[in-house]
Amino acid sequence: MTRQMTGAKMVVQALKDQGVDTVFGYPGGAVLPIYDEIFQQNDIRHILVRHEQAALHAAEGYARSTGKPGVALVTSGPGATNAVTGLTDALLDSIPLVVFSGQVPTFMIGTDGFQEADTVGITRPCTKHNWLVKDTDQLADTIHQAFHVATSGRPGPVLIDLPKDVQFADGEYTPPAKAKISHYQPKVKASIEEITDIVALIEKAERPVFYTGGGVINSGPGAAMLLRELVDATGFPITSTLMGLGAYPASGKQWLGMLGMHGLYEANMAMHGCDLMINIGARFDDRITGRIQDFSPNSKKIHIDIDPSSINKIIRVDLPVIGDVGHVLEDILKVWKSRGRKTADVSAWQKQIDEWRAVRCLTYKNSGSVIKPQYALQRFEELTKGMDRYITTEVGQHQMWAAQFLGFEDPNRWMTSGGLGTMGYGFPASIGVQLAHPESLVVNIAGEASWLMNMQEMGTAIQYRLPVKQFILNNERLGMVRQWQQLLHGERYSSSWSEALPDFVKLAEAFGAKGIQCSDPKDLDDAIMEMINYDGPVIFDCLVEKHENCFPMIPSGKPHNEMLLGDASTDGAIKSDGAVLV
Amino acid sequence: MSALRIEQGSTSHSAYDLRDYHAEVIEKHTLAVLVDNEAGVLARVIGLFSGRGFNIESLTVAEVNHENHLSRITIVTTGTRDVIEQIKAQVGRIVPVHDVHDLTVEGPSIERELALFKVEGTGNNRIEALRLAEIFRANVVDSTLESFVFEMTGTSEKIDAFADLMRPLGLVETARTGVAALARGSAI
Repeated sequence: MTRQMTGAKMVVQALKDQGVDTVFGYPGGAVLPIYDEIFQQNDIRHILVRHEQAALHAAEGYARSTGKPGVALVTSGPGATNAVTGLTDALLDSIPLVVFSGQVPTFMIGTDGFQEADTVGITRPCTKHNWLVKDTDQLADTIHQAFHVATSGRPGPVLIDLPKDVQFADGEYTPPAKAKISHYQPKVKASIEEITDIVALIEKAERPVFYTGGGVINSGPGAAMLLRELVDATGFPITSTLMGLGAYPASGKQWLGMLGMHGLYEANMAMHGCDLMINIGARFDDRITGRIQDFSPNSKKIHIDIDPSSINKIIRVDLPVIGDVGHVLEDILKVWKSRGRKTADVSAWQKQIDEWRAVRCLTYKNSGSVIKPQYALQRFEELTKGMDRYITTEVGQHQMWAAQFLGFEDPNRWMTSGGLGTMGYGFPASIGVQLAHPESLVVNIAGEASWLMNMQEMGTAIQYRLPVKQFILNNERLGMVRQWQQLLHGERYSSSWSEALPDFVKLAEAFGAKGIQCSDPKDLDDAIMEMINYDGPVIFDCLVEKHENCFPMIPSGKPHNEMLLGDASTDGAIKSDGAVLV
Repeated sequence: MSALRIEQGSTSHSAYDLRDYHAEVIEKHTLAVLVDNEAGVLARVIGLFSGRGFNIESLTVAEVNHENHLSRITIVTTGTRDVIEQIKAQVGRIVPVHDVHDLTVEGPSIERELALFKVEGTGNNRIEALRLAEIFRANVVDSTLESFVFEMTGTSEKIDAFADLMRPLGLVETARTGVAALARGSAI
């Protein structure tokens, strides 16, 4: 059944039909008709953020923690340009977002009208796809198509640009079931030959390692369950990228911890020394590979990815398999079981890995007088690990320490800006997560500099009574920048300290939230519990050691087996050819 | 700790530089890309090339199936084998792209380009230009007492060769369409 309605009403109707319950947005002239429709209904909740960038990050947090697409609504011009960082962030981390932007009326496009920007032009390289809808009759089809594109294949952000006259005009509404089916149907199943080849390699491997990424999370909780079954049944060790944490439980016996630039020694050494690398839904990012010429020199490499362009982009692999992680894992398990659940003897490899584990690469020098950031996270982990907990982070040292020191038992519990590395991501993301999981503990592990980038969202947290906890590891520095300046730029700390910081306790109180400051390790446990037990948003100003460095670290331009394990090993570690890398 | 000294040109030694990895010969490939004929589709394709640092030697685009709103983009590009593979995968995942065919590797194909040449001159040069045009089967499509406009269809190499010959004879302006290409045989 089709119905006549205005474009603005169509937007709301299509969102309802797509099962959307929450929209993050900020109104403006070019989207007023849609806001008027939102006002006149109760099925879709609109969350008023304080900046459009935050609307996108909140939608990302919502999406990442639920597996559903996040939806945002922004106005034309500055509304759309403010959304660009969030779109790019979602593109690099493959987060499904559907973003609506207002646009000047069709007859004004190209006239440099008030708040006009070429939004589809600007967002073309930072969306998976985008549309400018010029005809209200096309609108419903386009929205349904947008949800299809955002969520199928490798997920990503899409944007629909909506001229104001299209919102006012009447058109024919098409429900999702009747909408035009796109030719865009990515391949999800691998061939039986490919599966058999994978299984044959698994059966022979003597030094295997699973290297998993965000693709496992994106494939859904079922994929994580299949991964656990395969890892536990084969007994092969497993490491994961930053984006894939939680797919395999941190308490699992085969867990090596995160790999990469600030990954664990045993994880990186296993990657370097393995004879079979099984990449499941990861993309050989430069934070993972280190020096490419020396990357895992003696291994056969399997790469399972839904995106053909990820294959052989950075690392040439022996067995590329294009498909959805969940489908491929299911088939691998089926074939491997039917062939008798065979594996080679990997005990020597396990022993080697145990020796690497014994290095205890996360060891740091604790202090009785100053809170070490690692200690703060260790205590936080100890006090909250059994709880129904979701973690977001900002970007920098604190993010890496959080990835190292917190354990994730389930997928969709860890929201962080991996690919783009967006400072200011964590706070709005925590708001999106809390809205999706109102009863759960949602904590943003932050640095003070990142946190200030979207601190205006305190208003949103208060307005919607969201008890998000902002756990700020405050070293009064841009810690990771400072660390690189120490290692690479002769300790000349150019613009990497946070001067004129606010009093975070007073800041919290000014917004009507709770502020806690802690500087003594002895008070830390009580202070963390006070934060957790408070029913409302909290800014926790945790004053930590100012010049702590994040280790282990693969210096730029070095391979996995040349990690720095602590301050003593840093002198001259990065050569000039590595220094040009970021 | 000593001050940082970055050697001149050291960026070319970047560990992330694909060019050092599998250093191979640069190949020239002709890609046929079938796309939905919708607003911005060409910008998507060429934006991908510029954004990811791929080369475009020639590009032609026109609607080829009005009923289904399909356009065909023919791109001649260069790169190592790895880069060409990456180009095909990247173009292939653009949502309105239906198909990417690498005509260079998928069997024999024909490539044609159309060019217009304006040649000015009198006397012997003018006679020589006309004589060479006949040899190359170029048509005269416009003429004054001091000039010709030649039209020629052929491979890019043939057009290059004709342009080289016309240059000393008074070639003043050239317009080329870029390459259009199809696979040989009955298969689609």
